[in-house]
Amino acid sequence: MKRASLAPNPDPVLNQPITPELVKKHGLLPDEYEQIRRHLGGDPTLTELGIFSVMWSEHCSYKNTRPLLKGFPTEKRGATEHFGRVLVKAGEENAGIIDVGDGWAIAFKIESHNHPSAIEPFEGAATGVGGIIRDIFTMGARPVLLTNSLRFGELETPATRRLLRGVVAGIAHYGNCVGVPTVAGDVYFDRSYEGNPLVNALCLGTLRHEQIRRGKATGLGNPVYYVGAATGRDGLGGASFASKELSAESASDRPAVQKGDPFMEKLLIEACLEMMAVPGLVVGIQDMGAAGLTCSTCETASRGGAGIEIELDRVPQREPGMNSYEIMLSESQERMLVIVEKGREREIEEVFAKWDLHASHVGSVTDTGRMVVRQHGVVVADIPASALTDNAPVYQREARRPAYLDATSGWTPEGDALPDLDLGGARAALARLLAHPTIAAKRWITRQYDHMVQHGTVVVPGSDAGVVRLRLGSSEKFIAISNDCNGRYCYLNPRRGAQIAMVECLRNLVCAGATPLAMTDNLNFGNPYKPETFYQLKECVAGLAEACRFFDVPVVGGNVSLYNESPEGAIDPTPTVSIVGFIESEAHVTRQFAREAGASVILLGGAPTELGGSQFLGLIHGRKTGDAPEVDFAAEQRLQGLLLAQIKAGRVRSAHDLSEGGLLVCASEMLFGPEQLGASLDLCALPAPRLDALLFGESQGRVMVSVAPADAALVVRAAAEAGVPADAVGSVTAGDALTVKTARGTLEWSVSGLRAGWESSIEGAMKRPGIG
Amino acid sequence: MNIAVLQFPGSNCDQDAFQLFASGLGLPTRFVWHKETGLGEADLVVVPGGFAYGDYLRCGAIARFSPVMGAVREYAEKGGLVLGICNGFQILCEAGMLPGALIRNSSLEYRCLTCDLVVEDAGAAFNPRTLGKRIRLPIGHGEGNYRIDEAGKARLEANHQILLRYLDNPNGSLDGIAGVRNEAGNVFGMMPHPDRAFERFHPSTDGLAVARAVLSVRFPEVIRKTA
Repeated sequence: MKRASLAPNPDPVLNQPITPELVKKHGLLPDEYEQIRRHLGGDPTLTELGIFSVMWSEHCSYKNTRPLLKGFPTEKRGATEHFGRVLVKAGEENAGIIDVGDGWAIAFKIESHNHPSAIEPFEGAATGVGGIIRDIFTMGARPVLLTNSLRFGELETPATRRLLRGVVAGIAHYGNCVGVPTVAGDVYFDRSYEGNPLVNALCLGTLRHEQIRRGKATGLGNPVYYVGAATGRDGLGGASFASKELSAESASDRPAVQKGDPFMEKLLIEACLEMMAVPGLVVGIQDMGAAGLTCSTCETASRGGAGIEIELDRVPQREPGMNSYEIMLSESQERMLVIVEKGREREIEEVFAKWDLHASHVGSVTDTGRMVVRQHGVVVADIPASALTDNAPVYQREARRPAYLDATSGWTPEGDALPDLDLGGARAALARLLAHPTIAAKRWITRQYDHMVQHGTVVVPGSDAGVVRLRLGSSEKFIAISNDCNGRYCYLNPRRGAQIAMVECLRNLVCAGATPLAMTDNLNFGNPYKPETFYQLKECVAGLAEACRFFDVPVVGGNVSLYNESPEGAIDPTPTVSIVGFIESEAHVTRQFAREAGASVILLGGAPTELGGSQFLGLIHGRKTGDAPEVDFAAEQRLQGLLLAQIKAGRVRSAHDLSEGGLLVCASEMLFGPEQLGASLDLCALPAPRLDALLFGESQGRVMVSVAPADAALVVRAAAEAGVPADAVGSVTAGDALTVKTARGTLEWSVSGLRAGWESSIEGAMKRPGIG
Repeated sequence: MNIAVLQFPGSNCDQDAFQLFASGLGLPTRFVWHKETGLGEADLVVVPGGFAYGDYLRCGAIARFSPVMGAVREYAEKGGLVLGICNGFQILCEAGMLPGALIRNSSLEYRCLTCDLVVEDAGAAFNPRTLGKRIRLPIGHGEGNYRIDEAGKARLEANHQILLRYLDNPNGSLDGIAGVRNEAGNVFGMMPHPDRAFERFHPSTDGLAVARAVLSVRFPEVIRKTA
């Protein structure tokens, strides 16, 4: 049924009838198409069909995950009038904002660019960084740090090396040029990410409370401006592309990958912040990210309870002859939509002229509640804005517990007749674990990122958390940030695995001397239409939500990336957690590296006992099985409370949590700092039914600290009072030896030898060719 | 004392350079926009790091045509002090105000790390006696590989124009050259960042000494006053 309100489009392409094939090609279900017809009162135009397809894609609508995400706490119970209040909540805007006192706030968010990076690693990763930076400054905040969370297949395969090289170069290209330091990150290499790498990028910015801007179109007749780069045909339909599985044909989707221009972004940051500093000028602002002009217009209209009308002939275009479908769906980068106060057009135009950027008056705010788009004098789209946003479909998907869990969760080393390690085996295992790319030094990666620009970086990448000094007006504050998620645990026990991601992230922050504040998360999963995948998603979200409530860490924003599958299957569920913590005083900043010989080494949390899901089990025995390690929130809280108190009391010289690779990897990493030190440990007093589990098991809630010998007894006593197991296991030494006494005999390594293998692993692998 | 820090589109260490002088040394410091044709009263002009004009062509190749660079050239010809850091060094080389050129790192990758540098004897202000034999400064660049022809290098050495050399060459620079000055001794350029080495938590505070050494070329009292 044609709609009377729309004149036929003289362009035959745009005027073509909508067939079921065309609907299917746009990734819409027949029932969804019927809903579209009801919203419109007739058949959509081709441009409208394209608009619905991107807005109703998972990437923009969260149609399969919205009900689950409601379980996350969005407020901080322990917030005070002066600190910790959530000022902009998750889902309200492009990024959440939290009060950090003295009238200042931080905005931060993580977002994925997985599919583009799989196809075109350099541009995919680069534009991922660009997109998340825009999400931050569109809120009115100045971007001050970046982090990223990366997952690849095993580095043994040439295709992985090509992806790693491209992704790292892309992040470096964008972040370095735009001048925001990349201060932390995490990288895992596991077969499940073969062909479907994960590239999650986080940005954090600072702003005054009164500088908070929203993506809202209000005020009848207020002009709508398009600022930044011109629109081209790149990135057509990127949001829909991100909402399907990768296949052999995905390479032909390359036009759906955008090309970034960090120089343009840098100008856009400065121009936008300058414009937003003009009192009362900006009514609303939103970046054109996924779904470009489409998303920014209908979302601002919907949030403002208003309508918006735009004229595409006024949109700066990179090439001639683009039709309305292409312009509306283009994902060209470095563009923003700005609504300003009527009558103040000259003020915005002057700011952008200074920066030599486009500022084009493309339309105005209406009171119709509709998004109306014109091109060459013809209405090409006329849609109720809320139909694209609040009234997008929502689904409750079917969840089914995957059958493999029966086998893996019941696994025991005894049942598997797994022999325990002898001394020779233990000796070799540590060297092999340290050289595995997941554990090995990430210097090959981090030295390509500018992690020092803006001169505020206190702890550079390589310790448990990145630490940055924020200059807020005349005062300064120190924050720590860490990203965590072990997908293997989430595969073996989705609920617990997600909780481990959270408690480990908290532990990393506490090890750096910080009090955790708030979180952003990136949920990376496979196809939600597969009940087993949806089960993983549902369980992970439930687990995270429980942990967030227990530890009073609100989720202030995040991102969902589904359909992370290659022909080999789905990725391990990867709900990446990023938490920001506050450090009260610079004196509390703590690193993971031992600082002087003679320091006592204390293991907090007790002896590790579990092997399930460990790197050791995977690397040495070729098994991805067992249950994920246990999580005990109360014990974790006691441990972290104790550790923070001891750090504040000035007793902790270094702190490093036990994670991948367990106790001996932790001890080694403690020695891989700027000083050349050894250690002598005696583990005989620790209960160890199995040597492998003691040395390499990944039981949670453990931290290794070094303290001045005079403080050791005080720390152990404080731990006893707090109900935290504490074992003095040895001391830092001046030599090059790591000596570990066990009930089965004494192990010894050369620290420099271990370090050489740890340091050269990724660099050595990257000297070999990658293909693509 | 009046320090002028230039701002090009794409400068991203402009704030860092500003703070080195303003909060590190406590000197009056201001920005000068690249479209300006004059510098006003200035005792030192700092060309900061970053990616001026995106550096999509050759680093500094477009920035040297910015209106303000005419004023900088005139200022330097009259003996005014100029310090180029990182991208600023590249711009000064492109503008012909410093000898040599900076090409892509031999690794073909960007490098961000802290380097040990050997201080050369480059005149009364900048030498091992004023700075110490070794200093530590961070670097952050993709194109810091310093090149100059044989005759040019001979002139650099004969005139004591080499400021700093890397102890462990991170970018393939000829003879590890990390920074040079012009023959007249008033224009300085270096790839390492003194503007990332002046706060308590930085890898060193040697950036303060470098800034003082440059200033003391014209203002010997600076060393005493701010030390």
